[in-house]
Amino acid sequence: MTQDGTVDHGGSHHVAGRPSGGDGAAVERVFREEYGRLIASLVRRFGDIDLAEDAAGEALVVALEKWPSEGTPPNSGGWLTTTAANRAIDRIRREGQRDAKHQAALMTYDDTPHSPVGVVEDDRLRLLFTCCHPALAPEARIALTLRLLGGLTVAEIGQAFLVPETTMAQRITRAKKKIAAANVPYRVPSASDLPDRLGGVLTVLFLVFNEGYLASGDGSPVRSELTGEAIRLTRVLRLLLPSEPEVMGLLALMLLTEARRSARVRGGVLVPLDEQDRSGWDRSLISEGHAMVRSCLALNRPGRYQLLAAINAVHTSAVSASDTDWSQVVALYDQLVRLDPSPIVALNRAVAVAELDGPSVGLALVDRLPLEGYHPWHAVRADLLRRLGRSAEAKDAYAAAISSTANVAERAYLARKRGELV
Amino acid sequence: MTHYLLSVHGPAERNEFGEYGSKEEMEKAFAATGAFNDQLKADGYWVFAGGLQQATTATVVDNTGDAPVVTDGPYLESKEYIGGFWVIDAPDLDVALKLAADGSKACRGKVEVRPFEGLA
Repeated sequence: MTQDGTVDHGGSHHVAGRPSGGDGAAVERVFREEYGRLIASLVRRFGDIDLAEDAAGEALVVALEKWPSEGTPPNSGGWLTTTAANRAIDRIRREGQRDAKHQAALMTYDDTPHSPVGVVEDDRLRLLFTCCHPALAPEARIALTLRLLGGLTVAEIGQAFLVPETTMAQRITRAKKKIAAANVPYRVPSASDLPDRLGGVLTVLFLVFNEGYLASGDGSPVRSELTGEAIRLTRVLRLLLPSEPEVMGLLALMLLTEARRSARVRGGVLVPLDEQDRSGWDRSLISEGHAMVRSCLALNRPGRYQLLAAINAVHTSAVSASDTDWSQVVALYDQLVRLDPSPIVALNRAVAVAELDGPSVGLALVDRLPLEGYHPWHAVRADLLRRLGRSAEAKDAYAAAISSTANVAERAYLARKRGELV
Repeated sequence: MTHYLLSVHGPAERNEFGEYGSKEEMEKAFAATGAFNDQLKADGYWVFAGGLQQATTATVVDNTGDAPVVTDGPYLESKEYIGGFWVIDAPDLDVALKLAADGSKACRGKVEVRPFEGLA
């Protein structure tokens, strides 16, 4: 458990801030936990996302009526699946949608038992690949994944990405319409396509996590419901694709980052890694992440997420910031640069180089990078200039960094550092 | 199975080698496209295909008012126009996208994949 209890390692999950007392709230919590499985199995059965969502919504209504008085059924997920499937069949009959696909669904009606592993899990994997299909717009992939597999409401997804609810609803509707009209398959890609397609899925999960870990908006600086959801979905992916080292690498990266979450903001101000109270880090997440990094090393098929996880393993192994093995961090970034020669990776490498070889060496690397529009570039420059005693330039760089981020905790941190300069 | 339109987009005006830089390039692209067409037929995806004359040969007819109005086309002003197309019948979008990739490579043009709502 993380300290605020929003993520359970077993995969159950609820949203921070949602009331957990009261019967209705308890029903909704179960519904949310089961939503991804429920939708995935309904989409498999009926081949229609809208029908699956409507049927799931009807099953929730029935559950809200019955469970508070009759008690929550022992296999609540199975109960929801059966109830929703019956509602879907009723609806097909009622609306006379007897095209070939629906007929086939009715005729092959099978009562595959609801279980947390096996064919039902495969349904979720199929749906994840559908939601992250390269033919969909990147922002739609994230939204669909959170909606259909995470069970977040359209309003919640809109809030997370600073988009009005109506806009987000349109985006999701358009993507679902494209899936149906263009016949986007509901299938795990073949082995030859899997590496490419898996990359797209991992990107979506990583973006969801990052948005939670450093929110781009001016609301809550850290959104634990998003980091929790990304971890939960990545755990599912790992269960389903246990031999893919990059899946394990991404999960390890998320766990080792999430482990530091509660130490990351203090009094509304972002706390950088070297100033964090390490006793506040989540030791169980760290040991789980370290074990995965070791497993990745043993597989010897390095990739981007595995290297980022290894870098985070070095940080979380150090008893204090001054004990950090920076030469190891730089060596890992050197490997990462070979895989991903983007200026953002080079910026992170320069931060590590500055620790190893001094701020002037780091600054020379940073100044070469074409990242004027990227606020961490300004923040890194500001810090290096400050350490070199170039206060006037550091102040300007802090100002540039502040004006290019909306995150309130980060702005507060940058403003404090700027204020300390004379 | 779903029917898809794979449309190829190219410049408004063509030179003596069509949309290609040289006679040799044009002949290579034609040969590759012919081979791609044969493969579509052999694999059972083929419905119909065709190449279009350049966009400046188009005429627009509007008979939504009282009388038909005929104007020199094309309908939309653009830098690039549809130059040819395939209609295919494929099991799903992944197959259609793969075929579009092969078609794009063969004819050396960008290909838009769009599902049909229905075929008459």
